[in-house]
This record gives sequence, structure tokens and C-alpha cells, in this order.
Amino acid sequence: MSGGQKGGQVIVIGGGLGGLWATLAIAAAGHRVTLFSLFEVMRSHSACAQGGINAVLDGKGQHDSVQQHIVDTIKGGSYLANQPPIQSMCEDAPGLIRTFERMGVTFSRTPEGLLDQRLFGGVKNKRTCFAGASTGQQLLYGVDQQVRRLETEGQVAKQEWWEFLSIVRDDDGVCRGIVAMDLRSLEVRAFRADAVVLATGGLGQIYAPKTTCSTNSTGAAASRVYQQGARFANAEFFQFHPTAMLGADKTRLMTEAARGEGGRVWVPKDPADRRAPLRIPEAERFYFLEDWYPSYGNTVPRDIASRAIWKVTRELGLGIGGGDRVYLDLTHLERGFVSTRLGAILSIYRKFAGQDPLTTPMEIFPAAHYAMGGLWVDYEKDPATGGMRRGSPRNHATSIAGLYACGECDYAYHGANRLGANSLLSASYSGRVAGEAVASYLSGLERGADAAPAASFDAETARQAEINQRLMRSSGDQNPFRLHRELGELMTTKVGVIRDNAGLDGAIADLSALEQRFERLDLGESSTWANQSLAHARQVLDMVRLAQVMAASARARDECRGAHFKPAFDIAMPADSFPGEPAFEAYRERWKANNAEWLKTTLAEPGPDGPQIHFEPVDLGLLAPEQPRDYR
Amino acid sequence: MQARMPSESPACETVELQIRRQDGPTTKPYWQTFVCPVRPGANVVSLLMDLREHCVTQDGTRVDPVAFEHNCMEEVCGACAMLINGSPRPACSALIAELEAPIRLEPLPKFPVVRDLMVDRAALFAHLKRVKAWIKLDGPWDVHERAPRVSPKEWQANYLYSRCMSCGCCMAACPQFGPQFGSQFGPEASFVGPAPLAQVRLMNAHPTGRYDKAERLHAIMADGGLSDCGNAQNCVRVCPKAIPLTTAIGELGRETTLQAFKDLFGPH
Repeated sequence: MSGGQKGGQVIVIGGGLGGLWATLAIAAAGHRVTLFSLFEVMRSHSACAQGGINAVLDGKGQHDSVQQHIVDTIKGGSYLANQPPIQSMCEDAPGLIRTFERMGVTFSRTPEGLLDQRLFGGVKNKRTCFAGASTGQQLLYGVDQQVRRLETEGQVAKQEWWEFLSIVRDDDGVCRGIVAMDLRSLEVRAFRADAVVLATGGLGQIYAPKTTCSTNSTGAAASRVYQQGARFANAEFFQFHPTAMLGADKTRLMTEAARGEGGRVWVPKDPADRRAPLRIPEAERFYFLEDWYPSYGNTVPRDIASRAIWKVTRELGLGIGGGDRVYLDLTHLERGFVSTRLGAILSIYRKFAGQDPLTTPMEIFPAAHYAMGGLWVDYEKDPATGGMRRGSPRNHATSIAGLYACGECDYAYHGANRLGANSLLSASYSGRVAGEAVASYLSGLERGADAAPAASFDAETARQAEINQRLMRSSGDQNPFRLHRELGELMTTKVGVIRDNAGLDGAIADLSALEQRFERLDLGESSTWANQSLAHARQVLDMVRLAQVMAASARARDECRGAHFKPAFDIAMPADSFPGEPAFEAYRERWKANNAEWLKTTLAEPGPDGPQIHFEPVDLGLLAPEQPRDYR
Repeated sequence: MQARMPSESPACETVELQIRRQDGPTTKPYWQTFVCPVRPGANVVSLLMDLREHCVTQDGTRVDPVAFEHNCMEEVCGACAMLINGSPRPACSALIAELEAPIRLEPLPKFPVVRDLMVDRAALFAHLKRVKAWIKLDGPWDVHERAPRVSPKEWQANYLYSRCMSCGCCMAACPQFGPQFGSQFGPEASFVGPAPLAQVRLMNAHPTGRYDKAERLHAIMADGGLSDCGNAQNCVRVCPKAIPLTTAIGELGRETTLQAFKDLFGPH
């Protein structure tokens, strides 16, 4: 396929795993793709994923099954995700891995030269393929190389250093293109497209600096299409990764694989114990995850591990030295094994903390990591299989016709809590599905973007240029970088690991005040070339607006589910009571009654007084919620 | 607005930053000096981030924030490479406590400056295309068959090269790479540079990537290819990921010699 004479013209925004997979699938169907990226493609946050990607290969003698992967994913997400997309994702995972392997991804190997797999959180089987501890980087480069080849064949064109600002809709409300800004010349320009795919990643920068996310994971693009009317779903569900390094500029991720490979989390029993960690005898250490969850131990799901660390440090006052930190210990493991399988994080810890995890336990604390929520996307259920119907144009379509979303910016696969190593899977899988759906959409499209009236493109371009001009003329006293910092502090404190309605009401008021302060912006520079302050100011304002969706969604959900934890509404599982026993069965009934009220997807749409929240039912066709999550 | 820095801790140490600035690709560079508070664990990127909030030079002049690139801040995305005290390296892992003060920041050499510390690394990516740094797939679909096995030993050797993040440090340090070396065949025939060469080594080692080995070798046997390497060994010294670039170049030397023989005597 070269020259791209036939076929449609599609815009993909974002060069991470999702965007590149969508690009490959769209190109494979014979269409041309223009790929927009804020920076050189290959620098996206997918590169930061460390531990691995889940797929059932059943090569470790544990009788693993796709069915078990599906069940683990559903329960890991507290039953909140629609089940047909999960089923299809888990079924297709082994094929995706095979394709990555054909691309040359350097997956770690067994002594027989086959793909090795390791244990991750929330599961009992070794199901995670990995490439040392830089799996995301390796997968990203695999697809990046394929897209580069398509570029030389003329089927893909890259628009690097361009920022997506908005979509353009025709008179029927159908998405017909975008308006974007050249981050160097600051030119604002419209681009026509027969379909647009948003693959713009996560939004962890809303919690900066206490986040594992890259500085470009702002959520601004998703916020922009939300403000233009695209539905946003489950915004209150945001994952805090239990094991991030401490840091003033960023809290760097230490992969869950560290625990999957045998790492142990502990604190000194006496918080005043000032001895070096390895001088503290076993009997004087509190391995709280192993103690509280003997069945899963250190590899409980992330929401549970993060709350356990929260409890140990904030409630029991047992953090190291009384502070916000616990040990993640690898020192008891064989050094060669750890170096081969976790080398990349050892190097990060050594470089940034100046200590060697092989000889000293790491100090870690939970940090903002991953958005389970995101743009609402549709799917078509195949009644014959129970999964998604392959090639349906409805799959991964947002609520705006012609606009698709995939990767972390959608909401589809993880419900209330994502299992480790399911994000590289969902990013890749959803990118491919979105690409295939776009191809179907194009074949049913009666007229392309060329037929759309020029007026709508001109009007949107003028609107966006006007926003820039207003910002460039600003002469207030509010620095955009400082506003970002305040946003992060506010969200970390009030929309964090533990939530309460008074705090959320406060957050909503604070966010509104923060938004007002953009009226008094001081951009700090008026350069008309590569003005990074301008781009950042626009992003921060859109982050504030997305944060409002998160706070409003969190306020509306009066229960505890996955990562969303409001203690006032907690239905605690009775300690020392197990299924079949009266106390547990009474709990099960309360849990079911709560599901009857709250097991539903949160939907947010922009309204005149802020986000309008409503709900829709979840497809539970595969696994009815009979079993409460129990990792004890 | 009040001059308040993001630091929560009072009375922290400061460090002097000397930054080579340039307003645009064709304008003259100039130097500015800043005195920045240093928090524990601070690195060059975190200092530049803090500076954006209150960009005032040592002599009290408010100036435009310094343009620079950064993304992951954990030395995996490759965005933030620059010249720090004369050495090319990622700025995020350049800890202030380990640097000699005053700290001099300059854009990565050999690449055109966009603004201040931002450069355009398009040449690096063009050279990856030139050497065909990919495995040829029939398509991105599942073919229901896995790729051939790879021994743990081969994996270990390949993994060293697959961690290349195209930061450009090795290219910046290479005396043979750069726009000034555009050959008689034009800039696209200038020295391909160490990072793309290492990718040839990686792709040629893959069980099916091997099928196109000759094509890749021919690409680096052409003008601006392997023979332009002057063996200065700078590349391997500056690589932040300790990629054995010179080992790859040595291996490729043997491979291209063999290929030349095959071209002469082998079947066409």
C-alpha cells in the first residue's frame, strides 16, 4: 500500500501505544493517517510503563486460562467495567503478544527461549510478559518502528510539535476534523479528516508533582472534547500506585513487578526505630500486607495496597520515622535474578535516590498513577460470543459521531481499579480495535470531510486563535505554572486516596476559584515563537475543568468501590469471617444491596452550572456480582 | 507578583545556572545567569521547571522562561538531553548535588536549535529510516504463529540495544556527525551516527529481521555509513543507558566486510 490514493484520511492524536496501534490498524485497512504529537513520536508516557503486559500463554505450569484473566480483571475493577470489552481484550491478548514479538520486541525469555511470564497484583498465576523492567518502552518502540516504515511508504504523515486544541463538527454535529496549534510558530490551523481518533493518554499531572506520570500527561485533550460535548465516564476512579519513590519534582514509579518477583513491603514495628533497615531484626518488622492479606500478600491489587499503606502511615502512625514512607525490600532476593528482571528500576532508584535497592530497602509511598475513567466510548455486543462484535464501527466511538478514543483517555476496561500490566494491554488492544472501527465507519460514510462546509473550520480556527490572543495580551498577576502547582496540591489533598463529601465540596469550590483566577493570568512571556507558557496555560485551564469533572463525579458517588474510597460509606468486610459463615453472608447481602444502588457507570456532561452527572447500567452478562472482592 | 519559589522548605541552598539562550533558529545566542534555590534531590529539569514560575536573572531582570524539553523525568523518554557543563546528557538525571557549580546549560550540539535548550532531532529519525530500523511485517494482524525463539543469552545482548531512547547524546558527542559534514551527496548522506548503527545491529539479530540484513548492511556501506566512523569512542562514553555502541560498530564492521565479499562472489 503506497501513495495512499484510495481510502480515507484519518487524524490520530497521540503517539503512544494506543495512537500508534490505531495508526497501524487504519493504515492496514488502506487509509491514510496524519499522526499528531506534542513532541517527537516515541517520547510518550507509554515508555514509562515498566513491569509488563498481561496475556494468558499458560506456559508456567499453572493451568492459567483466558476465563481466569477475564474474572481477575472484572473483580479487580470491582465489577464496574462493562464485561463484553473485557472478554474480547483478554481473548485477543495472546495474539497481540505474538504480534509484538514479530515486531522484534525484546521480551524476556525462559531458558528455552520462550516468552517468560511473571506474577503481578490481584492474580494468582504468572501471566505477565515483560521486557526486563522497561516493557512499555520496548512495546512502544516496536510499534513506533512499524509506523516509521509506513511513513517512508507515504501512508502515514507525522505532525510533531502540534497540539490538538479542538474538534470541528459540521452542521449535523459530526466530527470532520480538528484545530491544532504549531508549538513552534504558534500557528493555529484546521485540518480536515474523515474520522478523528483521540489517543492522548492519562491525566496524572492534575495531581502534580505527586504523580508517576510524565509532564505531558495532562488530560487537556480529553478535557477539550468533553467541553465540546463528549461524555466523560467514571472520572472519580483514579489509581494511586502504592509504590512510588519519594520526590519533590516527581514521584517515580517502582514497578509492581518488584513485589511480583518477591519484593516485600514493611515498616519497623516501632516508628521511632532509627536503625538502618537491614539492622532491624525480622521479629521487629511489620509486613502488614502479608499480615492482613495472607492469601495474596504483597501482590494484592493496587487500590488495596495503597489504602493499606495509607492506614499504616496516616492512621496507625507506623510510617518510617513517623512519616509518609514504607519500605519496599528486594535485599533478600538473589541479586543476579533481580538485576536481570528489574534492572531498569534499580537504575532509576540508584540515579535519583542515590542508593542501591540490592543492598538497601527502597522507601516508597502511593502516588497518582492512572485514570480508570475517561472519555465514554461505545461498543457493540456480539450476542453469539458475549464479547465485542469485531469490526463494528460502534466500538470505541465517543458520544460524538466521527470521534473515537482509545488508550488511557478512554474509560472502557478497568472499572473501579486497574490490575497491574493490564494497561499496556488495554492501550494496545483498544488502539487496534479503534483503528478497525474507524475503518468500518469510513466504509459506511456517505460523504467525506472534503464536503464539510468551510465555515465551521474557519469559525473554530478563529475561536481558538482568539483564545491565544487573549492569553498573550494578559496582564494579570496569576502565573500558570503556579496555578498548576496549586491544582496538584488541591487534588492530592481533597480528591485523593481517601475522600469525604465535605472535602469534595471544598474541592469543587476551590476549583471554581482556581478557574476564576485565569481571568487574571500573567503569561510571563509574549514571545511568538515556541512560547511554552502559552501552551501550558491553556493546558492548565483545561486540567482545572477536567478536575471539576473528577470532583463532581466523586461527590456524586456515595460508596466505596475500587480506587474511590469514602470511609463514611464503607461496608467493611468482617474480619476473621469467610464465605459460608453467618457474619460474612450478612456482609454479602449488604454488599449486594449496595451494588443494586451503585453498580453503575458515572457519566458527566458539560452543563451551564458545571458537570451534569448521571448514570447508566453496566453489562454484567458474563459474571454476575456474587463474590465480593476478597484478597485475604 | 511576589517572588516566591515553589520550595516548601525555608532557607535552602542556591546554585548558579548559566544558560545559553537563543530566541529562534536564526538568531544569535546569548548567555544569562540565574541563581536558583536547590531542594534536596533537585536535578536540572526540576530547576528549570521551578525557574519558569519566576524567571529573573541574577541581576534582577525579568526574562522569558527558558524553553526546554522534558517529559518522563526518569531518563526513559529521551526528551531532555542537553549539554551540561560541556557534556551531552539527559537533564532529568543530572542531579545538582553531583554537578560542579556554576552549572552551564547549552542546547545539544550538532542539531539545529529551535529555541533556548530545545533542538530539532529530525536528522536522527531520518537516519533511522535510512538504515531501515524496523522488522518487516506482513501486517499488524495476528498470524496465529509466534516469532522464532530467542535464547536468554541473545536476549541479554539485544536488550542492551533496544533500550536506546534516541536522546541524541551519542550523536552530539560524535566528531563525525553533524550538519557541517554534509557530503557531496547532500546532507542525507552525512554520517548516519552511532544510535542508528546500533539499531542495525539490533534488527539484524532478530530471527526474522535477519531476512533484510543485507539491505541494512548496504545502507550503512553507502556514503555516510559505517566507514565514516572515526573511532573516537565518544559515543559509548556519553550514552546514558551504557549501550555498547562501539561493540555494535565493531560487529557491523565485520558484517559489512563479509557482505562486501558476498556481494562480489555470491549469487546475485
